[in-house]
Amino acid sequence: MSINNDDVEKIAHLARLAINPGQLETYTKNLSGILNLVEQMNEVDTDGVAAMAHPRDTKLRLRDDLVSECNQREKFLKLAPASENGLFLVPKVLD
Amino acid sequence: MHKKSLQELALGLANKDFSSVELTRHFLGRIDAHQDINAFITVDREGSLLQAAEADKLLGAGEALPLTGIPLAHKDIFCTDGLRTSCGSKMLDNFIAPYDATLIRKFRQTGSVTLGKTNMDEFAMGSSNETSYYGPVLNPWNKAHVPGGSSGGSAAAVAAQLAPAATGTDTGGSIRQPASFCGLTGLKPSYGRVSRYGMIAFASSLDQAGPMTHSAADAAILLQTMSGFDERDSTSVDIAVPDFSAALENDLMGLRIGMPIEFFNDDLDPGIASITMDALREYEKIGAELVEISLPNSHLSVPCYYVLAPAEASSNLSRFDGARYGYRTAEYDDLLDMYKKTRAEGFGDEVKRRIMIGAYALSAGYYDAYYLKAQKIRRLISDDFTRAFEKCDVIAGPTAPETAFRFGDKSDDPVAMYLNDIYTISVNLAGLPGISIPAGLDKDNLPVGLQLIGQYFDEAGLLNVAHRYQQVTDWHTLSPQQK
Repeated sequence: MSINNDDVEKIAHLARLAINPGQLETYTKNLSGILNLVEQMNEVDTDGVAAMAHPRDTKLRLRDDLVSECNQREKFLKLAPASENGLFLVPKVLD
Repeated sequence: MHKKSLQELALGLANKDFSSVELTRHFLGRIDAHQDINAFITVDREGSLLQAAEADKLLGAGEALPLTGIPLAHKDIFCTDGLRTSCGSKMLDNFIAPYDATLIRKFRQTGSVTLGKTNMDEFAMGSSNETSYYGPVLNPWNKAHVPGGSSGGSAAAVAAQLAPAATGTDTGGSIRQPASFCGLTGLKPSYGRVSRYGMIAFASSLDQAGPMTHSAADAAILLQTMSGFDERDSTSVDIAVPDFSAALENDLMGLRIGMPIEFFNDDLDPGIASITMDALREYEKIGAELVEISLPNSHLSVPCYYVLAPAEASSNLSRFDGARYGYRTAEYDDLLDMYKKTRAEGFGDEVKRRIMIGAYALSAGYYDAYYLKAQKIRRLISDDFTRAFEKCDVIAGPTAPETAFRFGDKSDDPVAMYLNDIYTISVNLAGLPGISIPAGLDKDNLPVGLQLIGQYFDEAGLLNVAHRYQQVTDWHTLSPQQK
């Protein structure tokens, strides 16, 4: 299956990726190539086959809701591109 | 010292033939002398010598554990407290993890020395190491050729004897294929055997860490330290860890080795086919029996993987948003603009392609046709193995369809690159353990790997089968320096 430039722009938006207009054509070509590869799956009838999300159908374990981590606010904030008053700083979200 | 096995190094340290500081200096010197290979992203000169001095104290006090004082290289995907963890990406070029991955913690506890962090394809997405932000790694066997990927830096470091052993990770072949390309032993353990805590996630239902070494005996030593249940990894499996070294010498008399007819067809390169068959004949000589098996859905493993892995990656990599750590673009208008520019500038092309394929496969209207379909195919592929193991104890075949290719040969064609993992991917989809061992050199003097696939949690059996071959052959002892 091939996709067009509009599709790629839409997907890029969903994935929060800015695409340089000069590269759009190349992405469209490469992504179409990958989707063509993937199409081979349609050769096989999978009706009634149970989906497999994990090897050996691993079940996620539950644990008690206990405090296990110590407070490392300063250590984490040091990694932030921008912080202020002990908080991560990002552009205004709500007007 | 760089030609010694891990056991010989441990013995040398115990006998005071050399100290850990001397050993570490020796390897740091080799790393400096072979910088052109570009195997490391970060070399920890100061830290490694401090760790070595600590190890020497333990050795002097007679408190050494199996890896105490032995220098190792770790793939730059494992978080190391205080030492940069880049994952081969501009996105994390400035990232110093605030904690150790469980695997790193275990290696620290045994007193081993971290020489540095090895180069890799960006976020482990690649089969040639050409997608690294830090430039490609050269294959020590022939520097015009790729080392494989994504754990190409670890493979090149061990092959060039810049470290006695290294760690890697394998989502679709990223330990086994570079091991094959660089003439090493590379083991991908069963899913759940080694903790993924602190290992930067690519595709969480497929990722596993494992050892990259010269021999199966060395791999057994590393795997012993790496393995074990970890409550911090929700998919870690709470199962006993056997003594891997103790099982190495077991007899192979009557071992049934399955040969998948789908792997030994006309598409297989004749040179690789003949080396693979030679290896299997060696096994017959030491008592194994070859049986034909079938993995009828194996041709669907690459298509299935290139839905599931990108889908998981698009979800995992959404955390890189420029808000809390890592790269942030310099100029932006609002939050959305910050996300988009940060991710566009911070990720390379291959990572962006996979994120977009994943986002597409998971998007409304396409989920059933791609993601759900791929999960069903995954079941078929896994069931094929279950049936095959009714007839055999291990499965054998080539690790990769070709030997190390030249730089640039596939870098413009993602699909051609993906097909390099045609024999390894199904093992990740099923969650089984797999190992690649050196089985010969092709006409261009490049290494060829033999892949052995085992049953769930039978790494001990796989290492045993690999070790027995290495006792009767010397391919694993060849190095590019002496070829």
